[in-house]
Amino acid sequence: MKILTERMEAHRGDSHTIERYEATGGYTALRKGLLDIGAEGVTAEVKASNIRGRGGANFPAGVKWGFLAPAKPAYLVVNADESEPGTYKDRQLMERDPHQLVEGVVLTSFALSVNHAFIYIRGEYPKPARRVQRAVDEAYAKGYLGTDILGSGFDLDITVHLGGGAYICGEESALLNSLEGRRGEPRIKPPFPAVEGLYSKPTIVNNVETLSNVPWIVNNGGAAYARIGPDTSAGTRMISLSGHVNKPGNYEIVMGMPWRDIIYDFGGGIPEGRELKAWIPGGSSAPWFVPEEHLDTPATIDDTGEHGSMMGSGAVIVMDDSTDVVAAAHRIVRFYAHESCGQCTPCREGTSWLERILYRIMTGRGRRADLDLLLDVSDNISPGLAWPPLMTTICPLGPSATAPVVSLMQFFRDEVEAKIGGEDG
Amino acid sequence: MKDVVLSAEESAAIADWSEASRQRAEKVLSQYPEKRSAVMPLLYLSMIENGYVTNEGMRQVGVLTGLSSAQVQAVASFYTMYKREPVGDYLLGVCTSISCFLLGADDVLAAVEDETGVPDGETGGDGVFSVEHVECNGACGGAPVVLVNWEMIESVTPEKARELVRWLRHGRPEVVNTEEMQQLFGGARSFDWGIKEAEGAVLPVPAFGPYGSSAGDVPSPNSPGELEGTQTFPRGSRGRP
Ligand SMILES: Cc1cc2nc3c(=O)[nH]c(=O)nc-3n(C[C@H](O)[C@H](O)[C@H](O)COP(=O)(O)O)c2cc1C
Ligand code: SF4
Ligand code: FES
Repeated sequence: MKILTERMEAHRGDSHTIERYEATGGYTALRKGLLDIGAEGVTAEVKASNIRGRGGANFPAGVKWGFLAPAKPAYLVVNADESEPGTYKDRQLMERDPHQLVEGVVLTSFALSVNHAFIYIRGEYPKPARRVQRAVDEAYAKGYLGTDILGSGFDLDITVHLGGGAYICGEESALLNSLEGRRGEPRIKPPFPAVEGLYSKPTIVNNVETLSNVPWIVNNGGAAYARIGPDTSAGTRMISLSGHVNKPGNYEIVMGMPWRDIIYDFGGGIPEGRELKAWIPGGSSAPWFVPEEHLDTPATIDDTGEHGSMMGSGAVIVMDDSTDVVAAAHRIVRFYAHESCGQCTPCREGTSWLERILYRIMTGRGRRADLDLLLDVSDNISPGLAWPPLMTTICPLGPSATAPVVSLMQFFRDEVEAKIGGEDG
Repeated sequence: MKDVVLSAEESAAIADWSEASRQRAEKVLSQYPEKRSAVMPLLYLSMIENGYVTNEGMRQVGVLTGLSSAQVQAVASFYTMYKREPVGDYLLGVCTSISCFLLGADDVLAAVEDETGVPDGETGGDGVFSVEHVECNGACGGAPVVLVNWEMIESVTPEKARELVRWLRHGRPEVVNTEEMQQLFGGARSFDWGIKEAEGAVLPVPAFGPYGSSAGDVPSPNSPGELEGTQTFPRGSRGRP
């Protein structure tokens, strides 16, 4: 079952063009929405689809839309900041089927009575930005954007905006600050963006993949979408496979198969006959899974959560038995230390402490006390090391940095101890 | 979107900008309900004009967006892609985040540093190369990843990275184009992409047409093999904007 990638797989050479898009059913959902079922109809279908956001938090899109406050103007902001290490699905959706996203944006804006939408694309994505801008230009020329779209009386402008290189701008309130021309620092919530978002006006922020599903949902009905996959993980979703697998790539899957199938069938197993050591199920912020415990766990939002991790952004990072897990954890923590916006002390100080402690263990200069110190610092960022994490910070970035540390201590404590060796070093 | 025409004062503030950049500034400003939002695109325009984000550039962006220089600086300093010092003609970024790390990115970075003679985070004395390690660039299925002026090459080996550096040094392409570099120096990609895209970067600024930093109509790529000493794109055919 393919929704998002069907066109790009069937038409590898030109799936990004408006000609191909229209010739394969593109912009028919727009007609149906604007001229036939109306804004209430579009909203009802998206609610019925049970689609959950694909940006990482898995929040039901229809529910979020329902929170939009009545004040006007309201805005729609597309989160195309895709920066979670391991994740590269939105790039594929933008490069290879940008009109699918544009149509989803027009339908969503229509449903929410929004007349100006923004697509915030990370600065390091010039090529996807060029594709999306071209699609936007083509849509204007064809009357799918601009004033009185398809004679419906509905007006919409889309602005494509490039970021400046900051992972934290993927967090939705930081993204809104950035779009307002400020530093990309997360805001304290509430108020949530749906009440006070861009320019303090009601704003819906949705991920590229989430919105790319909307044309299909409008065309085929929310009920049809909800029937795909398990109840609480409806629809298909993009999985980005990377690391030590034979066939890395983006795969559009129906959720519910065991993790084993994702790694060994889609991923083609581990290269050079090596063994699987661990994998990260949902982007570098997610706690790790290990073959002894999790290969048969179903890859659904709920099952993955119950086993202490998350589907997150859909990025699956695979590590084989040659991996130095301390170095891998250090590398992930280094990322969060680098990307912390610095507003909250536990995150700003804690992430760089974790980085430094892991570095000295990795380079053979660790002390026995460092084992406890790692968990102690983590506990200060994310109290009780609970799952899902409790927060002392404004946003979840800080707690994310503790995930690899806790996983390391949980599954590979002996390897960490072996690096420390004897007594106090 | 509303048309924006710069006031006399605003025009005077950017009197040293090219006419193309002036028009782009108006276009960019027309795309936002509040002009403060244009600060990020305008900072890219100022980099195009000055090569990097200068104090004068921040003052100019401030005039256009109604912000003080300090407010613009607060923004510019938050984001890694706004360079506050001169950058080489070719900004070489090597992704060293987790997926690329697992597949040997540190060796690729070491090869780039060695072949350019420029350490991570610095710019060479002759102004040809800047080298930096970057965080995940969304190409983890094609790890390790190297970027030249933000144009991406996937599955780069240390040896190919050295070849890339030599090719840039000798050929000095005016425009760097992903397709061409991928063909010459890359391996497997995150996903198949059948389109030969002609656009590429002319500066160490993301190549995005509306901000004036991309070039189209690039001559067809050289065949692999013609590496050393070739000049891929006619130099001077497209002056730096
Ligand atoms: C540190 C951090 C980084 C995030 N990065 C992204 C991102 O790159 N892309 C994205 O869509 N969502 C990202 N999110 C999630 C967004 O805050 C938000 O939940 C999402 O854009 C909502 O869209 P959705 O409901 O369609 O998933 C991030 C969240 C956090 C805390
Ligand atoms: S948790 Fe970290 S990234 Fe998030 S707001 Fe606080 S300091 Fe910034
Ligand atoms: S980790 Fe290098 S591109 Fe994602």
